[in-house]
Amino acid sequence: MSTSAKEWPLWEIFVRSRQGLGHKHVGSLHAADAEMAITNARDVYTRRQEGVSIWVVPASAITASSPDDKEPLFDPANDKVYRHPTFYKLPDEVNHM
Amino acid sequence: MTAEQHFQVALRLGDDAMILGQRLAEWCGHGPVLEEDIAMSNIALDLLGQARGYYSRAGALEGLGRDEDQLAFFRTDQEYRNHLLVERPNGHFGDTMVRQFLFDAFSLERTQFLANQTVDEDMAAVAAKAVKEVRYHFSHSSQWMLRLGDGTEESHRKVQQSLDDLWPYAGEFFVADDIDEAASLAGLLPDLSHVAHAWHARVSEVLIQATLQKPTTTWSQRGGKHGIHSEHLGFLLAEMQVLPRTYPDAAW
Repeated sequence: MSTSAKEWPLWEIFVRSRQGLGHKHVGSLHAADAEMAITNARDVYTRRQEGVSIWVVPASAITASSPDDKEPLFDPANDKVYRHPTFYKLPDEVNHM
Repeated sequence: MTAEQHFQVALRLGDDAMILGQRLAEWCGHGPVLEEDIAMSNIALDLLGQARGYYSRAGALEGLGRDEDQLAFFRTDQEYRNHLLVERPNGHFGDTMVRQFLFDAFSLERTQFLANQTVDEDMAAVAAKAVKEVRYHFSHSSQWMLRLGDGTEESHRKVQQSLDDLWPYAGEFFVADDIDEAASLAGLLPDLSHVAHAWHARVSEVLIQATLQKPTTTWSQRGGKHGIHSEHLGFLLAEMQVLPRTYPDAAW
């Protein structure tokens, strides 16, 4: 994507839904500044009552892991089933697990 | 206030929302950026919803069995009662935002009164929903006044020109006729001189921040509320009404 001076910077949008406990990434959009990013996010991503709260983050502020690092980062977890709490019996009163 | 005047009040409210909504909808697919395209379409849909509410009330008051569709699609330009400002062509984006800003500031005062004080409970119910929408519309168009007015040299020059061009049309908001006076006396609509006062304060505050000059002209356009429109309305209605007039029984 070109980053000419004529184009607004890219923002990543996070929306907290009615039921959701955390903000969830919903997409990205262009805006001149944070205030406009909130306004645009409201119009683009919460038209169908999706949200009760919006976060906007400049896409340039996000550091992503490299796809080339996939194996060293994630594969070692494959054979460590004991890290999953599947061996416990959960009481019914416990929600959100 | 007569029943006919009561009907006219509801009709005028519906017509303002209907025509401005249709104008904004013309931007759909043509917005300067995708996000703003969606924003304008959202506002257009809000206005369409408001028009439906006011038309339903108007139809009930008239008592001739006309529903919202008949009021919207089967009246000629001379039967429309909207202010001339809302039928102004879109022009460039700055023209559209100035038109929106001037109208939103007016609509906000009027809708707040309807939501909180009017004696007509059905209209109050429509306005209670609309007032939240209009508050957002005003904040959206105000943001653009600031950005364009206090933006580049070119954007400032263009939006100042839009403001000078459209200002006389906003003057029509405050020219009260016998219907406005009767409605205000009955507690149906706010007193237009009070609305004018609040409108000027609201608009001035944003214009100062936007480094724009408030036009000094006091002359104003008029005629819309009595069905005397610019030639632009006819074209707008032709496009808006062609389908239901060609296929009167068409349904989704």
